[in-house]
Amino acid sequence: MLDNLHNVNIAIVAAPLLGAIIAGLFGGAIGRAGAHTVTIIGVAIAFLLSLVMFNHVVIQDAGIVSHSVYTWLVSDGITFEVGFLVDKLSVMMMVVVTFVSLMVHVYTIGYMAHDEENWPEGSGAGKNSYQRFFSYISLFTFSMLMLVMANNFMQLFFGWEAVGLVSYLLIGFWLKRSSATYANLKAFLVNRVGDFGFLLGIAAVLMYFNTLDYAAVFNAAELQKDLVISLWPGTEWSVMTVICILLFVGAMGKSAQVPLHVWLPDSMEGPTPISALIHAATMVTAGIFMVARMSPLFELSETALSFILIIGAITALFMGFLGIIQNDIKRVVAYSTLSQLGYMTVALGASAYAAGVFHLMTHAFFKALLFLAAGSVIIAMHHEQDMRRMGGLRKYMPITWITSLIGSLALIGTPGFAGFFSKDLIIEAVHASQLPGAGFAYFCVLAGVFVTAFYSFRMYFLVFHGKERFRDAHHGHDAHGHHAVHEPHETPWVVTLPLIALAIPSVLAGGMYITDMGFGNFFGSAIQVLPQHDVLGQLAQDYHGPWGMVLHGFLTAPFWLALAGVVTAWLLYMKYTHVPALIQARLQFLHTLLEQKYYADRFNDWFFAGGSRGIGRLLWQWGDVRLIDGLLVNGSARTVGWLAAVVRHVQSGYLFHYAFAMILGLLLMFALFVIAG
Amino acid sequence: MFADLPLLSLVIWTPIIGGLLVLAAGSRNALEAKVLALLVALATFLLSLPLYSGFDTATAAMQFTEFRPWIATWSINYHLGVDGISMPLILLTTFITVLVVIAGWEVIQNKPAQYMAAFLIMAGLMNGVFAALDAMLFYVFWEAMLIPMFIVIGVWGGPRRIYATMKFFLYTFLGSVFMLVALIWMYLQSGSFAILDLHAMPIGLTAQILIFLAFLLAFAVKVPMWPVHTWLPDAHVEAPTGGSVVLAAIMLKLGAYGFLRFSLPITPDASQQLDWLMIALSLIAVVYIGFVALVQQDMKKLIAYSSISHMGFVTLGMFIAWRIAANTGSMQGAGMGIEGAMVQMISHGFISGAMFLCVGVLYDRLHSREIADYGGVAHTMPRFAGFMVLFAMANAGLPGTSGFVGEFMVILASFKANFWFAFLAATTLILGAAYTLWMVRRVVYGEVASDKVAALKDLNGREFLILGVLALVVLLFGLWPAPLLDVMRPTVEHLVQHMAVSKL
Repeated sequence: MLDNLHNVNIAIVAAPLLGAIIAGLFGGAIGRAGAHTVTIIGVAIAFLLSLVMFNHVVIQDAGIVSHSVYTWLVSDGITFEVGFLVDKLSVMMMVVVTFVSLMVHVYTIGYMAHDEENWPEGSGAGKNSYQRFFSYISLFTFSMLMLVMANNFMQLFFGWEAVGLVSYLLIGFWLKRSSATYANLKAFLVNRVGDFGFLLGIAAVLMYFNTLDYAAVFNAAELQKDLVISLWPGTEWSVMTVICILLFVGAMGKSAQVPLHVWLPDSMEGPTPISALIHAATMVTAGIFMVARMSPLFELSETALSFILIIGAITALFMGFLGIIQNDIKRVVAYSTLSQLGYMTVALGASAYAAGVFHLMTHAFFKALLFLAAGSVIIAMHHEQDMRRMGGLRKYMPITWITSLIGSLALIGTPGFAGFFSKDLIIEAVHASQLPGAGFAYFCVLAGVFVTAFYSFRMYFLVFHGKERFRDAHHGHDAHGHHAVHEPHETPWVVTLPLIALAIPSVLAGGMYITDMGFGNFFGSAIQVLPQHDVLGQLAQDYHGPWGMVLHGFLTAPFWLALAGVVTAWLLYMKYTHVPALIQARLQFLHTLLEQKYYADRFNDWFFAGGSRGIGRLLWQWGDVRLIDGLLVNGSARTVGWLAAVVRHVQSGYLFHYAFAMILGLLLMFALFVIAG
Repeated sequence: MFADLPLLSLVIWTPIIGGLLVLAAGSRNALEAKVLALLVALATFLLSLPLYSGFDTATAAMQFTEFRPWIATWSINYHLGVDGISMPLILLTTFITVLVVIAGWEVIQNKPAQYMAAFLIMAGLMNGVFAALDAMLFYVFWEAMLIPMFIVIGVWGGPRRIYATMKFFLYTFLGSVFMLVALIWMYLQSGSFAILDLHAMPIGLTAQILIFLAFLLAFAVKVPMWPVHTWLPDAHVEAPTGGSVVLAAIMLKLGAYGFLRFSLPITPDASQQLDWLMIALSLIAVVYIGFVALVQQDMKKLIAYSSISHMGFVTLGMFIAWRIAANTGSMQGAGMGIEGAMVQMISHGFISGAMFLCVGVLYDRLHSREIADYGGVAHTMPRFAGFMVLFAMANAGLPGTSGFVGEFMVILASFKANFWFAFLAATTLILGAAYTLWMVRRVVYGEVASDKVAALKDLNGREFLILGVLALVVLLFGLWPAPLLDVMRPTVEHLVQHMAVSKL
């Protein structure tokens, strides 16, 4: 039985990998239909088998499945293995990842149907771009599964970087666009900054535990908690704090926490299906997953937890503000993702790992839904992404409209919807937390509720209600010369079906799992919390089932804040539509600050990118060219050349130099030995 | 059946004699010469395979040994043998030689037979360097090997080839002369040129330090280590593609091999005394050169600087042993550093070779190495773009490619020595990705930059084959490096034990 499950695990990762290889290498031969069929079958197999594992690990509660597949290498007595650990945490991730991925695969058939239009005529790269896209998203699914199913840090890092690679390839998918290749390079490099910390964290783990195997490390964690390390003379740091902060730096990159958030908004250059899959539902939550996975380590460092709380809180609130002024539909959702990732991070910092992971799950559903719905709108608007040129679309695309509304209601935490349960849980957990920084974090997540509701419904009203602004004027970039307005229409079933399929868990997944995941012991031994940090345990005492929570939800501050946000959005964008411009004019300074994204990009471009190039030029021109070459090498070359010229009539050619140098060297060395000896 | 053959002699002399035959054939018919060269290269590669399959992974002792007195008066012997450090490097050499011969097939129009012959002879001599167990024999191969490289750059090189060869010459000869002095001094003390005897020879600290410095000059130039690295970018820029490939893939490894074969075991106490110097130079190579690579305009220069930066990991991994012992109280981890260095050497052979071949593919078509002359190559050469991105990712140390393994192991090991060593070494994650992928962005992505780029033809079958084979190897060693590690383990363990014992 267990052997069979081992094979199931291998099949789960192998199926999408195989699909990716076939679609990628033989895309020309099998054609578009062949490529999407083979990859969809691969991911569907992975999804169904993940359900098998879910059944075994969660429903049957038959214990975790952990096994090694092969030995990657053995060095210095340490064995690095490739292996799988399927416990309640990873199996939940597997189901979410493969489900969302499957939906995105289906959706892509519709979204990329006319991809040839995005490529210059005769472009070789554009020839099989459709097949390549499917290959990439299947490869992503494989990588993400390797990440969540890893049973050791090495493989975790493999998956971590592999998803980064696919993200790089997909952000830059339309590689003729300069903005896309700028965004993918930026995404990769900013992630590498995070990985820099992450890798050092792994090195620290190996140093103090002499293994990279999860189980062995977590079992020994308690014994190492009093160790200290001196990073520079005279200071002492707790080893656990150093390890945890280094690992968390990795999470900051991948999960786009301030100040490493800058890559995520730009990643919207990629096609919308991957914005949903990679940059909203799954990859960006890898950091959250990782910290939850490492809970036995993070529990041992309150310093690290406080750090996480504060970083998460800043991200949750301040990235939300940026969502308010965006006009590009995808960017609103992108900033919303940043803000929600901040919520999850705050939960981790408050030791409410289960709440963070629970929000990860509900968020995966409703955010993938919102992104795919945004994509559906973009298709209907003929690749228009500016919300100021939309409006009134609810008449033309009812399925997209309703599902978007569901997604938005879930996002703002309307009582009863999935997002309500997970978000409320986080807010309550932070409220109960005693860690330094919890007060600040509580304020941020509470204020964030208003902001979330405001930008979400600003988007909703601008897109689906109000005046049909796409009928106004012939917008400047309509270069085709035809003035007839494209009549928006509902998108094909391959697009709407995934919307519906994602809308269902966006409503139900919260109420279904709040009891187990939020307050019960759903994750079992996968997540460990010390008694003094157990905020969810405290909250459980006042918990009386999902209905009680919903009813109570109408009485709490978050509900009224969310309602206020929705009403404000309605007032400003439906009722008194001239007011936003007035506010903007009055608060020009604030608007500019937000428009410039707190000047983070400008600063990074100037300081890091420009600074690095400056240092490079300096070291090259002054160090290499002038000092080493100019003074030392060419100087001696000139000397030798001069000597050679003097005696060239005696002997010529390189042989002479050789002999000359040899004799000189011999004399010098013998002299040294005589003096020393 | 292979056990009785003098395999090491065969992998040394087959390409040398074959090279001479190619030279002879070349005067009659160029095609005949090329086919002969390919057959010789393939034969050498096949002859080197039993070195792996017949290798005993349970012992640190020298294997496949051959011994014949040569110059009895000075007790110089023709003494060959390999262990887990040298055997993989010989395989790397024979493998890369086959690719280089194929890569030069249609590209070299000027004296193709001589070109092929030079590479074959060079391969034999480099195998000699790796297989020699007699210090004088080593030295002879070491110096002789430079001559074909010298000729390759001087004859088939670019416009500034005279400057480049001069620089190459000055650096390498000056360096190796000091090594010769050190070897002679040790012979006078011990009466033996046998490398293994020198390993066992007790030497005082001052003498050790002088010997170490003499070796350092010879080996540091070859690696090359900062600040004696500036010959490399010039040599690469002027060298033909095949020359660059051999230079990067194999020649740089000779210096690193020298540290493992000579410096560490012969002068362990000096290595311990001066490890701060080696570590500092290694870290400077990683960080300083990483920044320099970032601003290069010439693709070959960029990859050359990237090589120097990657070789910094090799020397770092080798010299952290005593810092680990000082920091943690045991040598555990030192082996990982050295093994990581070895893996990095092999992997860098594949990746840098592949990167130079990629640049060669572009250069053959457009006759420019300037990044600015390209852009949007993916539209006209999609297959090439796929390979280029793969090798670039390997160069940036992506897990799953061989480029990750060595860096990973060295960073893990250097953390045990000192947090800041690991910190500085790990900056390569950012810098390596920055310079490599920025180049990819400017060359491969974007809109088609010019009519010349628009007219580019994608890889032909020959190019596809070479890059495809390299891609498979890079992925294989990235996904399953265990076989490589299994081969070198006993040797490295033995070396670490040897290093831990003072010779004073």
